[in-house]
Amino acid sequence: MKAGMFHETRAIPGSRSPYELESNVAGLGIDESSLISILGKLHPEQKQSFRKGTRDFFTEDDRLFERWDERHIAQLQHEFLRFKNAMVLWTMHPWERDARLAKEALRKGQQAYGVLVEIACTRSSEELLGARRAYHSLFDHSIEEDVAVHIHGIERKLLVALVSSYRYEGPRVHEETARSEAKILHNAFKAADKTKPIEDEEVVRILTTRSKLHIKAISTHYKEFSSSDITEDLDTELLLKQTLQCLYTPETYFSTVLDSALKDGADETTREALTRVIVTEANNVDMKKIKEEYHQKYGVDLSEKISGVANGNYRDFLLTLVARGD
Amino acid sequence: MASLKIPASVPSPAEDCEQLTKAFAGWGTNEALVIKVLAHRNAEQRKSICEIYAATFGKDLLKDLEKEVSGDFERALLLWTLCPAERDALLVNEATKMLTASNWIIMEIACTRSSHDLFMVRQAYHSRYKRSIEEDVAYHTTGDFRKLLVPLVSSFRYEGDEVNMTLAKSEAKILHEKISDQAYNNEELIRILSTRSKSQLNATLNHYNNQFGNSINKDLKTDPTNEYLTFLRRIIKCLTCPEKYFEKVLRYAIKGLGTDERALTRVVATRAEVDMERIKEEYHRRNSVPLDRAIAGDTSGDYEKVLLALIGHGDA
Repeated sequence: MKAGMFHETRAIPGSRSPYELESNVAGLGIDESSLISILGKLHPEQKQSFRKGTRDFFTEDDRLFERWDERHIAQLQHEFLRFKNAMVLWTMHPWERDARLAKEALRKGQQAYGVLVEIACTRSSEELLGARRAYHSLFDHSIEEDVAVHIHGIERKLLVALVSSYRYEGPRVHEETARSEAKILHNAFKAADKTKPIEDEEVVRILTTRSKLHIKAISTHYKEFSSSDITEDLDTELLLKQTLQCLYTPETYFSTVLDSALKDGADETTREALTRVIVTEANNVDMKKIKEEYHQKYGVDLSEKISGVANGNYRDFLLTLVARGD
Repeated sequence: MASLKIPASVPSPAEDCEQLTKAFAGWGTNEALVIKVLAHRNAEQRKSICEIYAATFGKDLLKDLEKEVSGDFERALLLWTLCPAERDALLVNEATKMLTASNWIIMEIACTRSSHDLFMVRQAYHSRYKRSIEEDVAYHTTGDFRKLLVPLVSSFRYEGDEVNMTLAKSEAKILHEKISDQAYNNEELIRILSTRSKSQLNATLNHYNNQFGNSINKDLKTDPTNEYLTFLRRIIKCLTCPEKYFEKVLRYAIKGLGTDERALTRVVATRAEVDMERIKEEYHRRNSVPLDRAIAGDTSGDYEKVLLALIGHGDA
């Protein structure tokens, strides 16, 4: 949505001024009931004043009528669909959901590779296997062959290996190995100017095959070799940072993604994360941790923030999902 | 087709356990009885026997077998009695601890098992070794072999018959290009071999043959001493015609002086329930002597008897 459509003021219920339309459609989703109560009452002359007054949506055509701006119809359509998309995603089997999200991410390209990392690293091993099965059914290909063929850059090896992983999920961790691998990672990050860490075979090996508990142990041991946190040392390597966060501190990853989605001026791919994360995590124990983490990091309640940014049925649905953990 | 022969009426697992206990009783072992039971039961039946044995006697059948028998016979029985997923997990784990020669074994398992079966192996590996198969394979292999082996053990290939002929053409071209440039460890080559479905690969390689005049394996024979090239050729063989691959392993295990018992046991134990009949046909065709005669000529005693039973000879 264009910056000009964002307003601080919300629609005052019962207000007869149709010019507040723009605030009913600012943010994510549509405030359906306000639109109904405001626009539903308009007589033809009032509708004309409305069209003439709402410059962003309507332009004066040469043939003397106020014409709907097509880009805004498209944007409005998108916003109206947000609730439907959330519902469809919510009711979908998690395997189908993740398979479709992965396919969509491949279609979108580099800006959406984070979604592949998210699916491969935040789901359990069995959930990821399920997604791979569903991918076979839906698309007649394996997820790894599609990822491999659509991604040509240096991220390919990491991403193919991530979607192929079937990590051990038991409690056993070999501390000595974790420690030596922390050292290997540290050395690889230090040598970033010679070899990009994402192209370092050992970095990829460790991040794509070790269990989540092992990775957590690595992050603890990492502090023996560096004064900074492992994710701090990776600040410029976005995909690697996301990989690590998703593996051993998913609530941090999710709250960052939610924060970006809820910001003013975010692009559509970023904003879609709001639906994706809430729908995916609503059933998980993690939702509670995500809310706590979000509150701690950004000083505001997640539900409050969503209320301020989302509208109508979409907003109500998200809030219902977010509240499930309570 | 499997070569395993199961009697028309199978005794209950409890009866089988009784027989086995009888076979173990006293000094020495009634090996013929052990073979009569275990070498004529399928995976599900063997699993039940192990479970009932543990429940009835509080002991592990495999451990008791180890105590009763020895040598190649013991290994054959042990490998055979394990269910396929556990067996493959054990073989891969052993292979990661051995020298480079064992890359073949990891590759063999990764490429000849179905997607579903390979995943069962990965699950069994978690339970048995408390690590993932890919982390062990990655840790214990290096260089170009690792680049192939990790994706191969992690693959979950689409198993449908759908084939895209346009893709077959374009990927045959890519393969030919890389091979002509001697870029054998090229990423695209690895991508195609490690991710495409077996049907798709077949179509691609057939097209390769039609388009470029040679089979891909012929073009990969440029340097017979290059282990990596041999590795590539074997991968391709495993993916497209496993019975020919296994025939060759058996042929090399048996021919000449001495026998490679580990290879012989591995192939017989892992294929008896899968496609040993086809392998036998291939063996006969290629060597002009039936497999059972070749095995009988090269092995002896109880080891010979259990191998013959598994390939469908000997008493049912």
